Amino acid sequence: MIVAEKKAPIAERLMNGDRNAVARLITWAENGDGRFPKALAQFYPQVGKARRLGVTGPPGAGKSTLVNELVGHLRTQDRSVGVLAVDPSSPFTGGALLGDRIRMESRTSDPKVFIRSMASRSSHGGLARATIDACDVMDAFGFDDVLVETVGVGQAEYDVVSAADTVVVVLCPGAGDSIQAMKSGLLEVADVLVVNKDDMPGAQRLAADLGEAIHIRLAGRGKWITPVVMCSAGRGTGIEDVAKAIEEHRSFLGEMGLKQARNTKRVGQVRMVASEWVDQAVWSPEPRWNGTTCAAHVQQELSAGSTPYDIARNLRDAIMAGKLQDQPELREQA
Amino acid sequence: MPNTTRIIRVLIGKPGLDGHDRGAKTVASVLRDHGMEVIYSGLHKTPSEIAEAAAQEDVDVVGLSILSGAHMSLFPRVRDELASRGKEDVLLVGGGIIPAEDMAELENDGFAKLFGPGTNTDDIAEWIKTEMKKRFEAEGEDA
Repeated sequence: MIVAEKKAPIAERLMNGDRNAVARLITWAENGDGRFPKALAQFYPQVGKARRLGVTGPPGAGKSTLVNELVGHLRTQDRSVGVLAVDPSSPFTGGALLGDRIRMESRTSDPKVFIRSMASRSSHGGLARATIDACDVMDAFGFDDVLVETVGVGQAEYDVVSAADTVVVVLCPGAGDSIQAMKSGLLEVADVLVVNKDDMPGAQRLAADLGEAIHIRLAGRGKWITPVVMCSAGRGTGIEDVAKAIEEHRSFLGEMGLKQARNTKRVGQVRMVASEWVDQAVWSPEPRWNGTTCAAHVQQELSAGSTPYDIARNLRDAIMAGKLQDQPELREQA
Repeated sequence: MPNTTRIIRVLIGKPGLDGHDRGAKTVASVLRDHGMEVIYSGLHKTPSEIAEAAAQEDVDVVGLSILSGAHMSLFPRVRDELASRGKEDVLLVGGGIIPAEDMAELENDGFAKLFGPGTNTDDIAEWIKTEMKKRFEAEGEDA
């Protein structure tokens, strides 16, 4: 490990096609290793060429199987593909069993495919905190397409939007009525809706309900109308239709639209990282506020009878006015 | 490094034609419950598929499980495939139905530890954690 890192700067090795550099940089990003931001600064000019596709949906809907089929489809066009498959971490032990890879195993020996499993760790939005970083790594390496598969989601995990140009939501029949299809949430983030397992009873009905719900919400507004596509990833049928719908969404966005959307998403990423750093600095175990830790200071204020809102306002004002004491870890990371 | 968290990443691999993976799945679950991130290869993998997955996943540990008797040919091939991908530093362990003399030979030949039937699963996890702690500390001094 150590020896390999000393060969050449890792960002250089990444851009020269060293697959181990892809793997190691993703590890650094996941671990919050201080070497990652430095390496990113070197390869960031190369980021932006890959097409980014997000695949999300409830557990068992067939996300991994569909991703595997989509990789196969892209390979027939000789496009190289990086896959990031996110699975949940245990909230109790932090451990994870990362099982998506098994459904994509036939791709492991393809030198134009790279699959990386990620545990969600402390994130709850369907991705890992480092997934966008991992996309950037794969992008700079030169993969034509980067596919991101989220953890199995419920009704309100939308992080995938921040990592992908096009979001595919995969559903399968047997999980609710037409009112489910009209609720706020997951369906609204879909650029393409896929009804998987289309040979199962209820698939036609689900597709019709979804089409109806979308029509009510979007028709006549001059926006992208989310298509509903049926397929059976397990049997490998309908994959071309899914791929075509994804292509159409890309054409709809156009170069300008894509650029704008990506810029907006980057703002979101900066906001997330900055908030994280501020949070770590403020709530550090070091003395911060009037000679004590923020947590201890808050407890004092509470004992003195202040309300949570009053204390929060004071804290915000103290941060904004730079009144908190020296914050070494902020400087170290910057 | 501030706020750096190291979580042990493990690939549990099933090389060869042996189709019995209850042991591999048991160990994978136990390591997960000990806070590790565990990737299971699935059945019937070639040594090169296992090594390639280990490289892409940047795992710290590769654990091989075999009950077919082909360990003396398959285990060293996985080790060589890992080395050819620059992953010779991976902590390599194994388990299954392996005679004691073969265990000794493998442990002299690139395998850190072999675990036989009847091993307490928590002991495997603790052994890996102790070993990785040493490695992470050594890396920290280097970096």
